[in-house]
Amino acid sequence: MTDIIKLSAAELVAKMESGELTSVEITQAHIDHIIATDGQPLDADNRAAGKSGLNAFLHLNAEEALEVARGVDEDRAAGKELPALAGVPIAIKDLIVTKGQPTTAASRMLEGWMSPYDGTVTQKVREARMPILGKTNLDEFAMGSTTEHSAFGVTRNPWSLDRIPGGSGGGSAVAVAGYQAPLALGTDTGGSIRQPAAVTGSVGVKPTYGSISRYGVIAMASSLDQVGPCARTVMDTALLHEAVAGHDPLDSTSQNRPVGNFVDAAREGAAEGGLKGLRVGVIKELSGEGFQEGVLNRFNESLELLKNAGAEIVEVSLPSVKEAIGAYYLIMSSEVSSNLAKYDGVRFGLRVLPEEGPITIERVMSATRAAGFGDEAKRRIILGTYALSAGYYDAYYGSAQKVRTLIQRDYAKAFEVADVLVSPTAPTTAFKLGAESKGDPMALYKGDIATVPTNLAGVPSISLPAGLADEDSLPVGIQFTAPAHEDARLYRVGAGLEALLESQWGAPLHEQMPDTLELIRDFDFGA
Amino acid sequence: MSAITRETVAHLAELARIEMKDDELTALASELEIIVESVKSVSDAVSDDIPATSHPLPLQNVFREDVVGNTLTAEEALDGAPDAEDGKFKVPAILDEG
Repeated sequence: MTDIIKLSAAELVAKMESGELTSVEITQAHIDHIIATDGQPLDADNRAAGKSGLNAFLHLNAEEALEVARGVDEDRAAGKELPALAGVPIAIKDLIVTKGQPTTAASRMLEGWMSPYDGTVTQKVREARMPILGKTNLDEFAMGSTTEHSAFGVTRNPWSLDRIPGGSGGGSAVAVAGYQAPLALGTDTGGSIRQPAAVTGSVGVKPTYGSISRYGVIAMASSLDQVGPCARTVMDTALLHEAVAGHDPLDSTSQNRPVGNFVDAAREGAAEGGLKGLRVGVIKELSGEGFQEGVLNRFNESLELLKNAGAEIVEVSLPSVKEAIGAYYLIMSSEVSSNLAKYDGVRFGLRVLPEEGPITIERVMSATRAAGFGDEAKRRIILGTYALSAGYYDAYYGSAQKVRTLIQRDYAKAFEVADVLVSPTAPTTAFKLGAESKGDPMALYKGDIATVPTNLAGVPSISLPAGLADEDSLPVGIQFTAPAHEDARLYRVGAGLEALLESQWGAPLHEQMPDTLELIRDFDFGA
Repeated sequence: MSAITRETVAHLAELARIEMKDDELTALASELEIIVESVKSVSDAVSDDIPATSHPLPLQNVFREDVVGNTLTAEEALDGAPDAEDGKFKVPAILDEG
């Protein structure tokens, strides 16, 4: 069974096509591994105490997943035509609505809520005939970079259980890194797919803004949010991106243009000479000061490999990137304060009555929002309310939007001399759970420095493993960024570098990951 | 740009409809102060001649025919509501009569 869960989506498809494996066998193997490693199958008390294991899942959808798998196996046996990823199981971030399964956004506000409709990506996953294994954990409403802000307990990093899995999409990253699912969907507003990928040694892509529909994705910051694929290989992210991308009339920000050939691009990049002549721009501001030494070492080695493979390494500068964190937190929190206004205890989710005094709708809203939102959600709503309030609007929100223009100009200029840009994905490897600096939220926010600029500019980025840091033997991520609508370049350079690194390592990086069952057995969850 | 006081946060919390206890207000005031201090450089970095960008990629308004699509039934729409009656959302008193 262990072998099945280590296979990539592309390998699983090949084995189903050759008749070596069935989708039921594959789906069952993943369900078994989730139950063995995630906890007492998703026991609420253990989960709340963060004691259950990896805790990557908030909901397990075993029965329906196996039913879908059976249908795929029957149709394959009957010789029917099937979509590319038919029968490959997938996990979905619990920010994306799914009919027939709860959607919580990891918030008390939506505990027990069932969406009456499917998000467009959920619908696409169903049309692709992929068994949905369940819903993955996240920071509440996708706000955070550690998954510690989930109302339902932390997710643990399978490389070291006392370390953060990244966030907000820690659950989706750990699901793929920890062999619980070959593929997962995430969302990325300021790095929520890429930073968890980096710290868990997996691959994550934030596509061009509007490449994948956001209809049915619980909105955090609408001008920044984007859905994207998570997997253990670049090819698998390309396969999933192609399966769920495309124009959607239900999302007015959805781009009406053909989906690129990401799978072909990945194949070309990994082939001999696939990177020849590619101009790779090293971002000066994001490859030195403030980055952990082991991160920079792996980063520089990757650059060396690219150079030896015929890529041309140039230096580029994004001078306005130093204002990116400030602009991002102003824009994001402003949009958050607006998007989260809908949780008012009227139409869905929680309603809490005030403990004393008259029961009026305004007081019920205030009591509901006080009880339903966690600290980080409240902090960002209040910051956003401040940034948008009369007298401060121009200085904060207005200026942040102008910085956005400057950052876009920086990217445009950099792309005149480079086909893709490169930097480490995150300044450090996974730090310890609970290490979040109390009282100084900025210390943590600064960790987003390399990921937020691409959300502000709407351009696509990929993070893939570059090796393990010398100091702590934890995964390091390298990030490539391409111009808008040129996502295919990411798959080309990503698959190219991945092939070069793996031929050096002799095996994919995840083969070096400790055995999850042994880690859980030896770990003191009470600590 | 004035310093963030406990009273500022209390006002913002009221605008945002989030009930907050005294210790929450105090903690948030000092955290917001740190955040606001460190994002100040954003307004110093820009000038009047730089246009604002609201969306990362150019967007155009999208129109469609005004026809009934595949919509939820009233029952489905009310299913997740905390309270409903006669096919409508039911809310507490709108006016403070206390």
